[in-house]
Amino acid sequence: MAKRIDVSGLSAFYGTHKAIDDISMTVEPRSVTAFIGPSGCGKSTFLRTLNRMHEVTPGGRVEGKVLLDDENLYGAGVDPVAVRRTVGMVFQRPNPFPTMSIFDNVAAGLRLNGSFKKSELTDIVEKSLQGANLWNEVKDRLNKPGSGLSGGQQQRLCIARAIAVEPQVLLMDEPCSALDPISTLAIEDLIGELKERFTIVIVTHNMQQAARVSDRTAFFNLSAVGQPGKLIELDDTDRIFSNPSVQATEDYISGRFG
Amino acid sequence: MSHAIQDQRPTRARKSAAPASLTRGGLPRWAPAGIAVLAIALGCGLGLALDLSSKVQWGLIAGLLFIGITYTASAVVENRRQAKDRVATSLVWVCFVLAVIPLLSLMWTTISRGLELLSGNFLSHSMNGVTSFDEGGGVYHALLGTIEQVALATLIAAPIGLLTAVYLVEYGKGRLARSVTFFVDVMTGIPSIVAGLFILTTWNLMLGFGPSGFAGAMALSILMMPVVVRSTEEMLKLVPNELREAALALGVPKWRVILKVVLPTAIGGISTGVMLAVARIAGETAPIMLLVFGTQLINGNPFEGAQSSLPLYIWEQYKVGSEPSYDRAWAAALVLIAFVMILNLVARGIARWKAPKTGR
Repeated sequence: MAKRIDVSGLSAFYGTHKAIDDISMTVEPRSVTAFIGPSGCGKSTFLRTLNRMHEVTPGGRVEGKVLLDDENLYGAGVDPVAVRRTVGMVFQRPNPFPTMSIFDNVAAGLRLNGSFKKSELTDIVEKSLQGANLWNEVKDRLNKPGSGLSGGQQQRLCIARAIAVEPQVLLMDEPCSALDPISTLAIEDLIGELKERFTIVIVTHNMQQAARVSDRTAFFNLSAVGQPGKLIELDDTDRIFSNPSVQATEDYISGRFG
Repeated sequence: MSHAIQDQRPTRARKSAAPASLTRGGLPRWAPAGIAVLAIALGCGLGLALDLSSKVQWGLIAGLLFIGITYTASAVVENRRQAKDRVATSLVWVCFVLAVIPLLSLMWTTISRGLELLSGNFLSHSMNGVTSFDEGGGVYHALLGTIEQVALATLIAAPIGLLTAVYLVEYGKGRLARSVTFFVDVMTGIPSIVAGLFILTTWNLMLGFGPSGFAGAMALSILMMPVVVRSTEEMLKLVPNELREAALALGVPKWRVILKVVLPTAIGGISTGVMLAVARIAGETAPIMLLVFGTQLINGNPFEGAQSSLPLYIWEQYKVGSEPSYDRAWAAALVLIAFVMILNLVARGIARWKAPKTGR
């Protein structure tokens, strides 16, 4: 189910501006990898190159290779739509579709990709909502609009929507930054459960969160404003937070700069 | 005690900008209404006294007095800042009243004169065999013509306009999109008679077709298209980018994202825009005169033969200049206004029904 990601020599551009420079890393299947680093260092941009969402931005362009179990996402003839079905994404701000009910929101990915039988959809929606720890809270109001839920519930709804299409990798772009600590805890617990089934990559500004949820942590940095972001170090989370091999990482996580 | 002494000093110099007390004198709540009544009374009184014939002058005097009295009263009782605030508020009110008076007067005249003749009989009969100086007759053929022409024009213009707007917002970039935007802007300014002449030269003179409701509908669709493009474009731009990204990240192809997420989110505003465009073309006379020609008979086929339409009917009846035909013109005007009003209410209904729901 879950797949390994192998990135080599990846650079991303916005028009002529180079946002990230020559990044290579490996993400193991069924693990949680956290990206940390100061704002503007290209964590989110890099995350978006992993499911070809970067090119949706006007002027967005990518060089290099991203292998998903030996298949290059940027190879010739690769369909970005198929890539995004395989690599799901959860965004910083909860963004349920405002015209759809809770049920339709979760079913959206399936329904918009082809016809499903109602009974089949009902099963998948229930399973996904249970997977996102939201089922008990919304099972009595599946036909109410998704935008009526609280922020934390909306974010879990978005996670349910993302896992309903059964992706192999789940990318999360600061999924808890708009949420209160209790909702954050719910989502962190969820990440712990989801990593049994998916490969998870999470961008976060919260270093305790990275330490809590991730198996491996990558530290990104940029040498100056306007310069492209770089991968400084990728290691087991324990090592990054106890004994990093690069001075810049230690400075960042101990709060001496950035 | 010391405050009182300070306040009596002639220079009134204060070291700090903060007022000595937070309370201040104020005009009572009913003051604006009271001043308005006073100003209107004074305006009418002055008008009578000076023997001004035009009621517009009375109104202007009253408006100016209203603003002047408000400022003076507030400056005396309150302070300069309050006075300026009140003047701004009363200016807004005066402008609002000035804008509403013509509208109300128009509605009142049309309704009061139109209702005299409006009946089931008027709505269900044509002018067949009714001479201009006879009583009776009706508006059925014109209403039918308007509905058919407007429906045909909408069928042509709404899809083209909608797709153009989708292109501009979702796909268009570079020179093509800029030139499309430019020509849409140019089209907005086309006088209706020019649109009519264009269809007349191409459809009727070059291709040799006779007058028909369809020819008129084509000219109306030229007028309608830029309005639909503009309003739809604005509505599509309001759809948050996050929703598009959320759908794309689910592995949905772009065209389905547009069809299933972007358009449904904006459908309320789009339908309002289309209905406003419909309202705009329902009142067009010039192209109808050129292309549909007008008739006194019922012609249900918009593709062949002359038809009538409500604005054209009003113009014809007014031109005749007899008492019964004036009545018919007013009743038809009322029917036209009601037609547009009903369409607008339907559009609002759709907008409310389809708007993104936020309830729990």
